[in-house]
Amino acid sequence: MTETQAEYRLPSIRVDLQRIAEIIAPGSRVLDIGCGDGGLLYYLVHEKQVDGRGIEIKQERVHLCVSRGLSVIQGDAEMDLKDYPAQSFDYVVLSQTLQATYTPKEVLSEMLRIGRHAVVSFHNFGYLRVRLDLLLRGKMPIWGAFNRPWYETPNIHNCTIRDFIDLCKELGVVIEKRVSLDHSSRTGRSGLAYFFPNLFGKQAVFLLRRRNN
Amino acid sequence: MSQVSEVVGKGGKVELGNLTPLSLDRGINLGPFTMAYQTYGRLNADRTNAILVCHALTGDQYVADPHHEQENPGWWDRMVGAGRPLDPERYFIICSNVLGGCMGTSGPKEINPATGKPYGLDFPIITIADIVRAQALLLDHLNIEQLFCVIGGSMGGMQVLQWASSFPERVFSAVPIAAAARHSAQNIALHEVGRQAIIADPDWCGGDYLTHGKRPTRGLAVARMAAHITYLSEAALTRKFGRALQDRKVVTYGFEADFQVESYLRHQGSAFVDRFDANSYLYITRAMDYFDLASEHDGILANAFRGAQTRFCIISFTSDWLFPTSESREVVHALNGVAANVSFVEIDTDTGHDAFLLDEPKFMETLQGFLNGAAEHRGLTQP
Repeated sequence: MTETQAEYRLPSIRVDLQRIAEIIAPGSRVLDIGCGDGGLLYYLVHEKQVDGRGIEIKQERVHLCVSRGLSVIQGDAEMDLKDYPAQSFDYVVLSQTLQATYTPKEVLSEMLRIGRHAVVSFHNFGYLRVRLDLLLRGKMPIWGAFNRPWYETPNIHNCTIRDFIDLCKELGVVIEKRVSLDHSSRTGRSGLAYFFPNLFGKQAVFLLRRRNN
Repeated sequence: MSQVSEVVGKGGKVELGNLTPLSLDRGINLGPFTMAYQTYGRLNADRTNAILVCHALTGDQYVADPHHEQENPGWWDRMVGAGRPLDPERYFIICSNVLGGCMGTSGPKEINPATGKPYGLDFPIITIADIVRAQALLLDHLNIEQLFCVIGGSMGGMQVLQWASSFPERVFSAVPIAAAARHSAQNIALHEVGRQAIIADPDWCGGDYLTHGKRPTRGLAVARMAAHITYLSEAALTRKFGRALQDRKVVTYGFEADFQVESYLRHQGSAFVDRFDANSYLYITRAMDYFDLASEHDGILANAFRGAQTRFCIISFTSDWLFPTSESREVVHALNGVAANVSFVEIDTDTGHDAFLLDEPKFMETLQGFLNGAAEHRGLTQP
């Protein structure tokens, strides 16, 4: 077991997942939507003693998660979130998946119905390099997280940090915390990504809650 | 109170319901009655490592018999053993023949103490909940308060769901495989075909064949043949047999078993009648037909699991058309509705409903992973 655990220590999970893990309180109830191979969940369950659950659409990954002893169901965020009772989790996490949903607005509302908090991370489409691709090359970006051409990317609802903040306002959602990661995934309070997140922030992590709860 | 040593690594038979009879769903009492069961491994000092295996319609308590030479290996022997998901070094594994069965537990072929003759159709109609109540009495007898896990496929999975609903505090984890929370119309229809085949056999003698020294083997064989098709899939039948002919190069223009698939089915039918009682087949198929967990809870399945602390692992198979994934999903939706701890995996295979009995590596891995995770939470050490 120690070997497997070492495999999932902080440095080995994706950088946005590290930021998410820092946000989540130990011992809380967490639902990770689109939990992939369960890296974040495994870390949270073993290092932060959370009561963790996951939803993942790909059978192969669900199989991997359950084989690791994680409580994960094969399902679709857009179909399955409605089943859960209101406020049944402390945190509902959606990491780098919102842009791939058909109905991001409804998914976000559902997350805040079933969770006291929602944690959302995504790649910022307003990031400088994306803007330069469009401005100078006149083409969609194909690098990093946007590594597939427009006709086969699952990311059908990309947004900028500013777009996302607008959606939160529209939904009456309180942004409790916002972290921007720059090109080297730094989150310090001195970098350009701190002062100009929508231009220099490559990724963003938001901690949200509903107003009046 | 029985001693642990009495039940380790061997079979047993126990008379239950002496003091308090078993109160059946149909409103009558049964008692005393006999439960035949098999155990593997050793109950730990805290009595926390017991796993109850629930067998399917035509299964029995002989899950695996690593200690005794048997003509046929146990029906789930690939699941039980050192390094396998159900490891007797780690767990105390119990399997009892279901109530109404024909392998030693009270059923229609056993002697009715009131008349001194086989019960036949005097045996009361039983339900999945009755089967589970009888198992609970066996656990009382074994002095096991809480099961680490209840696991089973098909009708075994129905029992698992019933356990989790009826005795949530006695079930730490539950693994219903290729199961459903209710028997579908199609499945009831298929069972009815099998029952009518048995009843139409003149040797059935109105259910009283044992006192007449007869057995309705033709009817039972046809019932088995029809049922066996439902345990496979079209893809598996095509892969295994296609249109291949049996020991001949051309068709005979008659009704012999020209095709391999016919010969295979006939063999399945005739092998089955040697080991199974026709009336048990009627009773147990009926128990499955009557199963509808939501109906006891105002038609809302989620209510069957409200407040459950049990860790669930639901498993289905892509090519299972008898208990399709959609049925498992219904259970998952209900469990999510009460925010239960649930895992759900659909295993990709072409082997149909029977997949849970076969060598399906992904299935084994999933199960082993789930059990290891649950064991960690239960504080059970590695063997």
